[in-house]
Amino acid sequence: MADQRIFVKGNEAVAMGALDAGLKGYFGYPITPQNEIPEFMSKYLPEAGGAFVQAESELAAINMVLGAASTGKRAMTSSSGPGISLMQETISNMAGGETPCVIVNMMRGGPGVGDINTAQGDYFQATRGGGHGDYRTPCLAPATCQEAYDLTIAAFDLAFAYRTPVLLVGDAILGQMKEPLLRRPPIAIDPAEGADWRLGGTSGPNRRFVRSLHLAEGKLAEVNLRLQEKYRAIQAHARFESFQTEDAELVVVAFGSTGRIVKSGVRKLRARGLKVGLFRPISLYPFPEQALRDLAYSGKRFLTIEHNMGQMVDDVRLAVRGLADSDFYGALPGNIPNPDEFEAAIERACA
Amino acid sequence: MSETIAFTRTPSVADVASHYCPGCQHGVAHRLVAEYLDGMGLAEKTIMVTSIGCSVLLYNYLLFDAVEAPHGRAPAAATGIKRTNPDKVVFTYQGDGDLASIGMGEIMHAANRGERITVVFVNNTVYGMTGGQMAPTTLIGQKTTTSPAGRCSSNEGMPMRMAEIMAALPGVAFSARVALNSVKHIAQAKKAMRHAFEAQLEDRGLGFVELLATCPTNWKMDAVQANERIEKELIPYYPLGVFKDAKKSGVC
Repeated sequence: MADQRIFVKGNEAVAMGALDAGLKGYFGYPITPQNEIPEFMSKYLPEAGGAFVQAESELAAINMVLGAASTGKRAMTSSSGPGISLMQETISNMAGGETPCVIVNMMRGGPGVGDINTAQGDYFQATRGGGHGDYRTPCLAPATCQEAYDLTIAAFDLAFAYRTPVLLVGDAILGQMKEPLLRRPPIAIDPAEGADWRLGGTSGPNRRFVRSLHLAEGKLAEVNLRLQEKYRAIQAHARFESFQTEDAELVVVAFGSTGRIVKSGVRKLRARGLKVGLFRPISLYPFPEQALRDLAYSGKRFLTIEHNMGQMVDDVRLAVRGLADSDFYGALPGNIPNPDEFEAAIERACA
Repeated sequence: MSETIAFTRTPSVADVASHYCPGCQHGVAHRLVAEYLDGMGLAEKTIMVTSIGCSVLLYNYLLFDAVEAPHGRAPAAATGIKRTNPDKVVFTYQGDGDLASIGMGEIMHAANRGERITVVFVNNTVYGMTGGQMAPTTLIGQKTTTSPAGRCSSNEGMPMRMAEIMAALPGVAFSARVALNSVKHIAQAKKAMRHAFEAQLEDRGLGFVELLATCPTNWKMDAVQANERIEKELIPYYPLGVFKDAKKSGVC
């Protein structure tokens, strides 16, 4: 299994990444376009000594994750737009209770039931906390099957390093696309992971609790300050890909599958002599603000392309504020994005 | 005169004043849980799942490891714990608003899957913490802040008998209803608590125990009247007894 190239869907790559990251509990509910993840888990996770439960709803699924994660076990769920919306209360609880886990959102078109086709309309939800209260969750956005695998492993490490839920955000293109994948040997989890906080083995005055309720005067303020410190520390984990931006006059900012499609466009337009480059945020939170700002300092212009009606463009504008602005082109959710429309949009922005 | 100690606090009950109202029976329910687990030497193996409602601060009073579940979701959280830690003793402690209203989906499915967990269900026929609103367990004619004319079946449906509903599910190994309004009933409750944990410990299925308890504040009664209400009004509609006691495990 290890060190050999296999041909898998993005959803399977995520599932394999989780398994190789030492997953002990998967809890999920069927929703298109991510069903290959629970299907894979139902077979392979029990074989690897973990627990798989098909929950009765996304509400139950995320709360099963909460339970397993509170004992320090590596646990996850996966879903898509509407299901992720249902999970938000518990994600907020886990952010407040500092419970590490991984939540995968293979995005589909919205709002509402929308459609089962690909889109990137959950960017705001993924990067602004998504539920109630002041919290953020690190959010990683792969563009290839290999990246989906690698970032799933990274997501677990980040979750435990900072005791926080971590989101992995893909879309129907990534989930359903097949590509070669290099799978690595499973990681050996340190048995002491979470030993200083996990439940199961203390009682009496030293018993532990995982909770987000703080009624005593000043206590919640303390917790919020600590969370904000954590989010500041997480800023050091910003990830991005910078492709041919050095001498570019126009930098196109795009993430996930859209970033990948844009990359082809950039290559084609470069061949025709246009000075364009791609900046692809890989961590949507923390947003790679400084790297983008550095590009703004050197006088670049920006075009943000997304498969939604304009969400990440807000973060781009915040990053370059006072120095530059960003144009926006949005592929319509409900339609499959077309490389030609992106190329045309980039060309227009160059004019 | 030499003195003999007639009673000591069981170690897993914290020696602190609680926030519960005078006459509230959460304290009795807490002690029943702690006395069983301490008596069996299971405290260090126990993980409890607290819920939302008056008992949200359970971890201040019961000294077991605890995770706080969002409203209604305790059985799902317990499922996650037990499935990944089969060697632990896991119980949820839920009120009637939490379990029988918003959490109906989670309790039904955890029970149907036969999760090896114990569910302690405190039924006082009302939402306590939020100030006395109508619950799914509120009796016909009972006045609450959201049923000011009294609950009416044509408008609000009938009160839900959870112990019987649980007994109907094959995954449930033990289901009983007891009351906390008299010494005799508390003795029965103690026994039911033991059976509800044994269902889990003997790997037979889910153990469910419903405790009829007072809420003097929201019933607008004193403690004595509240105890009398359990006898006169609750028990006639919510009969006490064991509705399910399956000694065989439900393994496939």
